[in-house]
Amino acid sequence: MAATFHETIHVALSDIKLQQNILTATNRFNEKRREIVAPEALPDYQELRSAAHAIKKHALDRLDSYLEMLEGKVREHGGEVVWCPDGEAAVHAVLSIARENGVRLAVKSKSMVTEEIHLNDDLEKNGIEVLETDLGEFIQQLSGERPFHIVAPAMHKTRGEIAELFAEKLGMARNDEPTELTKAARGVLRQKFLEAGLGVSGANFLIAESGAVVLVENEGNIRLTTSVPRVHVAIAGIEKVIPRAADLAVFLKLLARHGSGQPLTSYTSFLSGPRRSGEINGPEKFYLLLLDNGRSRILADAEKRQTLYCIRCGACANVCPVYRRIGGHSYPGTYSGPIGAILTPQFQGLGFESNLPFASSLCGACGEVCPVKIDIPRMLLALRRDVKEAETRQEKWRWEKRAFQAWSWLMRHPRLFEWAGFFGRAFVWPEAEGKWIRSLPGPLNAWTDTRDFPPPAEQSFRRLWRARQKQRSPGNGKSG
Amino acid sequence: MRGYLSKSLMGLRVSLFVTCLVDQLFPQVGLAMADVLERAGCECEFRAEQTCCGQPAFNSGYTEEAAAVARHFLKTFEGADCIVTPSGSCCSMIRHHFAEVFEEGSRERETAERLAAHVYEFSEFLLNVAQVEDVGARFAGTVTYHDSCHALRDLGIREQPRRLLSKVRELQLREMQPAEECCGFGGTFSVKLGELSSDMLAGKIEAIVNTGADAVVSIDPSCLMQIRGGLSRRELPIQTLHLAEVLART
Amino acid sequence: MAERENILHKVRTALGHHGSSVPEPPSPPRLIVPSWSPEERLARLTAKFLGETVRCASLDEAAAFIAARVAGRSAVAANHPLLERLGVMSLPSVRSGLTGRDESRDGCAESEIGITGVDYALADPAALVMLSSARNDRLTSLLPASHIAVVEADKVLTGLDELFTIVPDPAEISSSMVLIGGPSRTGDIEMTLTLGVHGPREVCLVIV
Repeated sequence: MAATFHETIHVALSDIKLQQNILTATNRFNEKRREIVAPEALPDYQELRSAAHAIKKHALDRLDSYLEMLEGKVREHGGEVVWCPDGEAAVHAVLSIARENGVRLAVKSKSMVTEEIHLNDDLEKNGIEVLETDLGEFIQQLSGERPFHIVAPAMHKTRGEIAELFAEKLGMARNDEPTELTKAARGVLRQKFLEAGLGVSGANFLIAESGAVVLVENEGNIRLTTSVPRVHVAIAGIEKVIPRAADLAVFLKLLARHGSGQPLTSYTSFLSGPRRSGEINGPEKFYLLLLDNGRSRILADAEKRQTLYCIRCGACANVCPVYRRIGGHSYPGTYSGPIGAILTPQFQGLGFESNLPFASSLCGACGEVCPVKIDIPRMLLALRRDVKEAETRQEKWRWEKRAFQAWSWLMRHPRLFEWAGFFGRAFVWPEAEGKWIRSLPGPLNAWTDTRDFPPPAEQSFRRLWRARQKQRSPGNGKSG
Repeated sequence: MRGYLSKSLMGLRVSLFVTCLVDQLFPQVGLAMADVLERAGCECEFRAEQTCCGQPAFNSGYTEEAAAVARHFLKTFEGADCIVTPSGSCCSMIRHHFAEVFEEGSRERETAERLAAHVYEFSEFLLNVAQVEDVGARFAGTVTYHDSCHALRDLGIREQPRRLLSKVRELQLREMQPAEECCGFGGTFSVKLGELSSDMLAGKIEAIVNTGADAVVSIDPSCLMQIRGGLSRRELPIQTLHLAEVLART
Repeated sequence: MAERENILHKVRTALGHHGSSVPEPPSPPRLIVPSWSPEERLARLTAKFLGETVRCASLDEAAAFIAARVAGRSAVAANHPLLERLGVMSLPSVRSGLTGRDESRDGCAESEIGITGVDYALADPAALVMLSSARNDRLTSLLPASHIAVVEADKVLTGLDELFTIVPDPAEISSSMVLIGGPSRTGDIEMTLTLGVHGPREVCLVIV
């Protein structure tokens, strides 16, 4: 039976090595990000964030028109658009494109959307070999795991573990030097790039006015994936649309800084269709797969629509005290970290993992670093409301609802509130004597397992205040 | 009677919202806050009808229940020009979320929106409204300051407590590393995700201990409850104090 | 097409729109072009570019530099007129004139060094800009382990904002525009920086 979310968290928290790995990696990311968005490095940082938010809002509030514009332009430049209502449709589309073009081997660049639709599994089942070409994804594919982090898929693995993996799966002599490991991967994958009949990519941005996909990377595998094979298929969520190429002047200044602490990644590709006449290389065919898979539903929720502004930089995960302790694999669903906590309930339904929106102290670090200013804490609160409303309708967790109703009632009756405090003081914990409490009953022992709990004060503030005021103006019994 | 307020603000009438935690568990914080405000030259009132801001229900997703409590708050503080609270998270609740729990366009929402402009966190009030930095306090010891998340990120309060602490005679302030990390309280999170909450607390305590300070200071009673709970369990001799308690000492 | 209508309908309903429409345009793009002198641009470019930069006072100097770099190593040159003027095509170990898709791919895969021109260079953030065309293909700057790029000083722009001011729609010009910020790199193994993962391990920008 699958572990519950709480069990998963418990396991992650007990894994010291994991904790260390995540901390080291995220500390590095955070340090570099802080440096590169500091006023000396990026004086108009806050302005850029607001501009990015505004562009996304504009685009998504008019998504229908921009999608039509995008489609028209892609076709104008010789590409084809395939509309995919869900993951199954997208996988089906890739399969038929592969079959049409006699593809036996496909190379793939890192794409969260392809994780979402489980593309690789289905291609393999249908006899098409698929290679992940991003080094981190390649490592994860070899070990049969899903990515640990949006930007650094193998962040949790040590060089020793990777060396073992390569020795086992690639027949390489065991060597844990990163340069040697990288060289081995380069060699294996270079061959595949040259042989593959199909290159599959995601997209960081879709440019409506140009009919283009924009992709950023450091390794060069995306350029190879989209330039060498005869067929290029780009799969993207419909929410990736931005109006114009010029809008990239805002987004490109934010994406790499937040994702990997660089002013720009090594390569940024702006691709608009198959190779044109006169051009020497490039794909002969280009397909853009537009994926809905629940995005239109999120779009319909005006309050939570901003969830779709996400540019998948991973900065929120890097600062999240929860993510940094439990890691990407502890999150149910495709997406992890704070963005995962608000996407997954909206993609998979509130009941998929109803604890997810509550697995946060609402510290707000995520919203503070988000380059497109998604108010993640606000989204979490909205989802908590949705979960409780649904549970109330389904009559689940009734005791909790009753408890809060009782609490609410008590809080509206100050004199009763005072009496409750008095009784608590006088009768419930007589032994407390002002010492902090070491053990509480029932579910509250989740506190006292590791912390002491404050005893009720000998006298409440309101009592002390009354006494204080009396002392100052004897005979005046009024409060205040 | 000493007074640190400018002449024009002298006698400024302040309505105390002490919060439910302070009322029942940490009354000394409320008294200290009143002392400091009076010493500065304000006149304090305490409306006995007050209880809670409703945040526990709101953060748990129970909007109706939160609204009921918020309604009571609005009634209690009707007509108050200047409400001061020793809790960053409660101030944030009132300033940013009260309006949300009421129907759009309703009278209650309007009242809540108007009220939002009149509620202040204690240190914010001293610096930004009363314009007082030195309240004549004295505290012999080293102190480290914990930035509570709501105060820091929702209210933008970072400088005010530090400025106030800098004027306390004999007090030495040491910043912790890492700074600005959550203590792990998060309301019911502290119990529902207790293991995570404790793990976060452990990180915070390590940072505090590493400063070598005698005391940790915060402007949020819930953070203080969490931090003190951890220090007490570990039997560490570090005091946990609300800013008001430090400023009240002379 | 059923799926198209299905998705567009859902999106329209979600937004409360009825039927097809042209979107009202966004406010003008946020493009702020700094007024840096050519010298300042070059200074920033050479300071910030993550690859090697070499400033040459003349075409002859550049030609000599490239010849020295290439000596004894297999190289492939893009069909760029600037490279012609520099005599790159006539260097003994340099293959050029590859115009077919397959021969270009094979030629690049077999060479240690790829030599190209660029369309623009950006000063800050520092990058090369290459639009795919007959004279600058996609693979010469990608398959070989080393990349030498030649740019004329007057093609150095201030940055992204100026690029998109001059080229508001790269799709009008070419199927591919790539910004190259430096060599191929990764930190995927224990956050350790390693160069030359899939693309070139080194990039050298020659400025004439």
